Amino acid sequence: MFDDFLFRAAVAVTGLALAAGPMGCFVVWRRMAYFGDATAHAAILGVALSLALAMPIWLGVLVMALLMALFVSKLSGRTFAIDTMLGVAAHSALAFGLLAAALIGSVRLDLMAFLFGDVLAVSVKDLAVIWGGAALVLGLLAWRWRPLILATLNRDLATAHGIDPRREQLVLTLALAVLVAVAIKVVGALLITALLLIPAAAARALTRGPEAMAVVAVIVAALSGWLGLGLSLTADTPAGPSIVAAAAVLFSLAALVGTRLSRIAGPPMSERL
Amino acid sequence: MSLIDARNVIVRLGDAEVLTDIDFRIDRGEIVTIVGPNGSGKSTLLRVLIGAEAPHSGTVERERGLRIGYVPQRLAVDRTLPLTVGRFLRLSGGTAERRADMLARVGASGLGDRQLGALSGGQFQRVMLAQALLVGPDILVLDEPTQGLDQPGEAALYRLIEDVHAEIGCAVLMVSHDLHVVMSASDRVICLNGHICCEGTPTVVSEAPEYRALFGLGTEGALALYRHEHSHHHHHDHPHDAAHDHAHDHHGSDADRTGAA
Repeated sequence: MFDDFLFRAAVAVTGLALAAGPMGCFVVWRRMAYFGDATAHAAILGVALSLALAMPIWLGVLVMALLMALFVSKLSGRTFAIDTMLGVAAHSALAFGLLAAALIGSVRLDLMAFLFGDVLAVSVKDLAVIWGGAALVLGLLAWRWRPLILATLNRDLATAHGIDPRREQLVLTLALAVLVAVAIKVVGALLITALLLIPAAAARALTRGPEAMAVVAVIVAALSGWLGLGLSLTADTPAGPSIVAAAAVLFSLAALVGTRLSRIAGPPMSERL
Repeated sequence: MSLIDARNVIVRLGDAEVLTDIDFRIDRGEIVTIVGPNGSGKSTLLRVLIGAEAPHSGTVERERGLRIGYVPQRLAVDRTLPLTVGRFLRLSGGTAERRADMLARVGASGLGDRQLGALSGGQFQRVMLAQALLVGPDILVLDEPTQGLDQPGEAALYRLIEDVHAEIGCAVLMVSHDLHVVMSASDRVICLNGHICCEGTPTVVSEAPEYRALFGLGTEGALALYRHEHSHHHHHDHPHDAAHDHAHDHHGSDADRTGAA
């Protein structure tokens, strides 16, 4: 079975979906989209680093993503315009990454694969990295679930419960960096944040609790992955963008259904929340 | 030992020194109310005392294993995070039965299935109080718990806090910018304006010149009282009310109550 490239691709997107669902929920709840972008864009710099030092791509990406995540998480403690700083960090990381990749030369041909993913080319070894990383992210989030939710709700409330919000922030930072490292092969650096945001946003319209939202986000992400792969195969489109496009369509459907649901069940979402 | 013992605490936010030379202690079972104008550092002081903010200098000691029931000033529940009251309370632990009991205790039974963000101000404060009580607190810390409540709601919430205090004997540390209702129940009132201006029993503080200066009482006290009693009964619909500043307003209603008590 693992000889079939399509089967491997499906296994890869499923593994990624398992981690991207709950991680994406925190990205949505804590408004970390820009943070995700900065971390993901640093991945290109990580690719260049890996090639320069002849180490596995995922390792270089993980290191750079982690450095960037720690850097921007340090920034977010300050009071000045955080979106601007994150925007500067995200786009600079991307630009420097592309420069570094170009300077290394031979990589230029492969650059598209790292920007938009190349899931149809995943090897069995890649699968091990993706599933290992996804399991790590899921494990971290499951282990810290209650403190993470409390710290997301209100930092002071979390402190009163004996939770250190900075520590929880660090857990999320770490999980995000791992996720970026495993997702780059599947959707590419430019679309990782989309795969985090869109399924979680779709799940929000359909759910009434954080756990349900995480589970539905996983389902939406997995469906997007499979539908995207199907589209890529039949229409010969790049896989990464196809997956994100599928997620966007599912989001629109979920938003519609969500509005219908709330009309049947009570006042509109905007009044209930 | 005191539950919380803060000494020579200085807090800076950026370049500004928001709290200067704070010495503060609260003992088991005490009710302490902190009052002060907007921007006087009340919330910051609470945050330092519960450990959410580190002081620039000075020490804050909390009793080992101190259980804090905290009611934040407002909890901006993000629309993107779906959370029912029941699920929220589960974050504080306890059995399902205890959680239901606690909701009933604060007069919020039947709200378990509601989304946290869809509650009215009064319901929300009750749910927050239930959450704080579920911790089995040694101390209840409340940051302007009556914000956004009307007067009956406010009085009801204070009665509830007093009842709970009598029942489980926890200490209560409360921030308020309206002195009136709180004062009668408090063992101690601390008047804060960047530093501790004065401190003592409610009566002592209300007569302290520092307090009077802070809340604009001064020599016009009697006049302010009269005018407020007047406007009070007319639901603030008199034209001259527009001229009242905030401090007057609060002081006035305070004098109202103390006068009546």
